[in-house]
Amino acid sequence: MLDIDVSSGFGCDLISDSLCFSRPDCLLITGLTNVQIVRVADMVEAKAILFVRGKKPGPEVIQLAEEHKLPLLVTNRFLFESCGILYQHGLHSS
Amino acid sequence: MQMEFEVKGMDFKSAGEASAKIKKALQLVGMEIDTVRRAVIVAYEAEMNIVIHARQGTLTAKVHPDRVEIEAKDEGPGIPDIELAFQEGYSTAPEHVREMGFGAGMGLPNIKKFSNELEINSELDIGTRLKTIIFNQVSGE
Repeated sequence: MLDIDVSSGFGCDLISDSLCFSRPDCLLITGLTNVQIVRVADMVEAKAILFVRGKKPGPEVIQLAEEHKLPLLVTNRFLFESCGILYQHGLHSS
Repeated sequence: MQMEFEVKGMDFKSAGEASAKIKKALQLVGMEIDTVRRAVIVAYEAEMNIVIHARQGTLTAKVHPDRVEIEAKDEGPGIPDIELAFQEGYSTAPEHVREMGFGAGMGLPNIKKFSNELEINSELDIGTRLKTIIFNQVSGE
């Protein structure tokens, strides 16, 4: 599951903006850990979700992500820093 | 083709399921990618408006070759000032809903932005009825 390519990254802590601005095949980078972020990721056809600020999703979120075959990643870094590192390594914005 | 879904107020676990099903159906019948994207944004925002603000409601999608009609009808508090509700950033969502990443005041503005036609009727303490049309076309924003 981790051997996947993402076409872009989108970092945001708002549901509406994640839905409207992220692009298919992106990596969704967020501090939101409720089930709705998985629903949005599914609808925008994101390839994976990266949770920032050390936030860990609950069992409901993990179960729904498994159903949608959506890998979940976790980092202790802040949103800005996470995006910056990924951008430096060649991942561009949605 | 017509699909209708029951939507329950404050049910954040099932919320979004109706919009996801609408998306799959639109893809199956071969609507344009941009049409699917816009219809899904409109459907999801309308669905979440029912979940956040109303007791219950229905989300309906009617699919025609040239357009998608999305209708959201709810039993709820109604909207006292419709013009204000369409203002970007204006929200009456409660704090616990904002913590989930909602309540940025972009629901109705996004519905307006991504649909081609929109009609809204609301009665206080009775409910709100929203009708939108999204034309099946390649460009559109």
